[in-house]
Formats: sequence, structure tokens, C-alpha cells
Amino acid sequence: MNAARATALQAAVAVFRRDLLLAFRRPGEWLQALAFFVLVTVLFPLALEPEPSVLRLVAPAALWVTLLLASLLALDFLFREDARDGTLEQFVLSGQPFTALLLAKVATHWLITGLPVVLVGPLAAMSLGAPSASTPGLMLALLLGSVSLSLIGSIGAGLTLGVRRGGALLSLLVLPLVMPVLVFGARASAQAMAGEEATGALYLLAAMGVLALTLAPLAAAAAVRISME
Amino acid sequence: MNWVWFHRFGSPPYFYRFAGRWAPWFLGIAVALLLVGLYGGLAVAPVDYYQSDAFRIIYVHVPAAYLSLMTYTWMAIAAAVGLIWRIKIAHAVAAACAPAGASFTAVSLATGMIWGMPTWGTWWAWDPRLISQLFVLFFFLGYIALRGAIEDRDRADRASAVLAIVGVINVPIVHYSVEWWNSLHQAPTLLRSDGPTMPMSMAWPLLVMIGAYTFYFLAIMLMRARAEVVRRERGGAWLREILAAPEASP
Repeated sequence: MNAARATALQAAVAVFRRDLLLAFRRPGEWLQALAFFVLVTVLFPLALEPEPSVLRLVAPAALWVTLLLASLLALDFLFREDARDGTLEQFVLSGQPFTALLLAKVATHWLITGLPVVLVGPLAAMSLGAPSASTPGLMLALLLGSVSLSLIGSIGAGLTLGVRRGGALLSLLVLPLVMPVLVFGARASAQAMAGEEATGALYLLAAMGVLALTLAPLAAAAAVRISME
Repeated sequence: MNWVWFHRFGSPPYFYRFAGRWAPWFLGIAVALLLVGLYGGLAVAPVDYYQSDAFRIIYVHVPAAYLSLMTYTWMAIAAAVGLIWRIKIAHAVAAACAPAGASFTAVSLATGMIWGMPTWGTWWAWDPRLISQLFVLFFFLGYIALRGAIEDRDRADRASAVLAIVGVINVPIVHYSVEWWNSLHQAPTLLRSDGPTMPMSMAWPLLVMIGAYTFYFLAIMLMRARAEVVRRERGGAWLREILAAPEASP
């Protein structure tokens, strides 16, 4: 039992390292999501009047809606390449727990698409008028929110794996599921920007992250398995 | 416990005959209850002190909202049964629930908006109950879209079943949204643990209408599931036999 568990962990780590290596060999893919995030947040001051008070008001909404869209964009290549070249089938045949291997994939995916946004997010918020003192609060909210987004999104990515041109379908499936993340993420960010205590919303974001971490990999594994049959 | 009655539903010919036999009865009961409920709600029930006659839309709105969640729960249960025991009929039932549920949800939203204008003074408010109900509608549409997008029927069945089960998380959120958050939407007045807070003269037509909607849902669901079974089994020998002997088909 113990030996089996150790090898499952080793397999997951191997998948994690392989995906990380592939991501660094192909930086174009994951940089797209980051560039998209930065570009869209910059569009808001252009579309609105660049009044600091107005910008500060819409900053949390702009930040989180953009984060949601960027994560949807990034989900597109979460499983696609590995489904095409048969890697996912090898995962199933390997005898290792499929859920663990997928969780490793999602973790790498978050590391290369979610984490850069978490680091750049406060900067984008500052360009919209967020005070620099709000950076820790914003980062924490983005960190917790983006973890949930990656995990919940992996279910949608798995379900639409076999679908041609599944981009619009993916957003139709994932956006209703991540609605609470948007609500509490934007609330936590607004409270952090106003210099208020944001612990309530942050706790709820953390709770959703834990729920997603425990349940989403199981659903995603079931979805990917079905899509591969 | 004897589960034969349950396993029998897994057989397409049995289900085909069962649905064909019962769907017209359920539809008949639904129409009868609808007539009684509408008469009771529009003519017999007393006028509300605060809302005057505007409250009477409750007799269309509440059953639709109630059925939208019930349909969702049914759909998820059928999907889970289909996924776990690989019963194809259960997938057909889940697929049949989705369009009915989407229309119930749309009706509840539309009647809610019509009711909102005279009583709240606005068509729409960004209120937890309303938003979560809107997302139930998106969920039904997503489910239908996912089924439509996957060509292989078996894969479409199982992928949409996973989605339906994941979406169950929304049901308690909608149901308790008026109790958890301060909502513009009123708290439940009928289906409460301590009994209805509305007078019986107003409540009985509502209960009759909920019954009418439920039987309507059962009838529509059985008809759609039956059509789905025919589509899946169109090459089957039993279907050809039934269609060849018209007096045997109900």
C-alpha cells in the first residue's frame, strides 16, 4: 500500500516536471494568456473616462472579469495537446491513479498561467488606481481565486475535449460554475483596495479553493476518461 | 428488497410501453388540475391586501420555479443512475428533463419579471435569488449544448451526466439564497417546515398548480424519453415488431 502510494506521488511529480519542461520549451502558449490579461485590463481606462475615482470603482470588476476570461483562454490548451498525441491514453494505461496525474497537470497549468497573473494582477490594479498598500490583499485574493478557476475549469476542459471548436461551449459550461469565485474575489479585492478588512470574502474564497481541490480533480478525471473513449 | 420493478425500466421495450401507456394519463391529470388550479387562483382566492390582484401571478410563477429545481434534481439523479449502472434509459430520461427544465426556468424568470414591475417597481434586480435562477437557466442550456456538441451518443450521455452531477451544487444555493442572503425576493411562504404562512384560501390553488406542473413535467418527460428511446433503438427488432402491429402499440 505504502509502496504504491509512493510511486503514485513519483508519477505525479514526473508529470509535473514534464509539463513544466514543455511549457518552458514553448513559452508562446502560456505567455498569450498573460498578455491577454494585461492588454484587456489596459483597455478599461481607454474605454472609460480616465478619471481616477471612476477607474478605482471599476478596478475590482475589471480585474476579475479579465482574470476569468484569461483563465478560459488558457484552459483551451490544458489537455488538448496531450489528448492529440496520446499522452493521456498512456496516463490511463500506466496503472497510476489518473486523478493524481491530472491534478499534477492542473498544478503545472496553474503555475504557468495562474501564477503570472497573480504576480502581475496587483500591478494592473495599480494602473487602475489601486493604492500600493492593497497589494498583499489583492495578491491573496487572486491567488486563492485563480487556484479555484484552474481546478473548476479543468472539468470543463475535460468535458469539451472531444468537441471540435469547443471554445464557446467551454465558456458556457465553466462560467456558471465559477460565478461564486468572481463574486467573492471581486468583493475581497474591493475591500482590500478600500483599506478594509477582507477576511470574510478571503475565507470564502479559500473554502471554495479547498472544495475545488477535493472534488474537481475527480470530476475532471471522469470527464477526460469519457472524452477519450 | 425486491428491485425487479426498477431493473425492468432498464429494458427499452418495457420503458417504451410504460411511457406510451402513462404519458397521456399524466397529461390528462395535468390539464384537469390546471383548470381547477387556475379557476381557484384567478377567481376563488381572495385579493391580497398589499398587492391586490398582481399577486395572482404566483399561481404560474411559484410552480415554475419549484419545478425548475425539481427537474434539475431529477435530471442529475437520472444522470447519476445512468453513469453508475450504465442504464441507457436513465440517460434518455436525463436528456428528456433538460428542455423541460430550461423552459420551466425561463417561465419562472419571465413571470418573476412581470411580477416584479408592479410590486418592486423594476423588471430585474441583481439579487441572489434572481442571479442563481438565471445561472440555473445557463446550466440547462450548457447541458443541452454539450449533448448537442458531442456526436458519439454514448460519450454525449456520459459527459453530460458528469456535468449534471457537478451542477447539482447550484440547487441548494438557489433554494437557500433567500434565507442566506438579504434578498429582495420574499422568503418562502408555502413549503416551510412550520406550515404555510399564507391563508389556506390562497394556498390550495397553489398546491393544485404545483401538482398540475408536476404531472405536466412527467408527461412531457416520458414522451421525450420515449422518442429518445425510439431514436436510439431504431434498428431494434422489438421496435419493428411493435410498429408492425399497430393495435399492440398504445
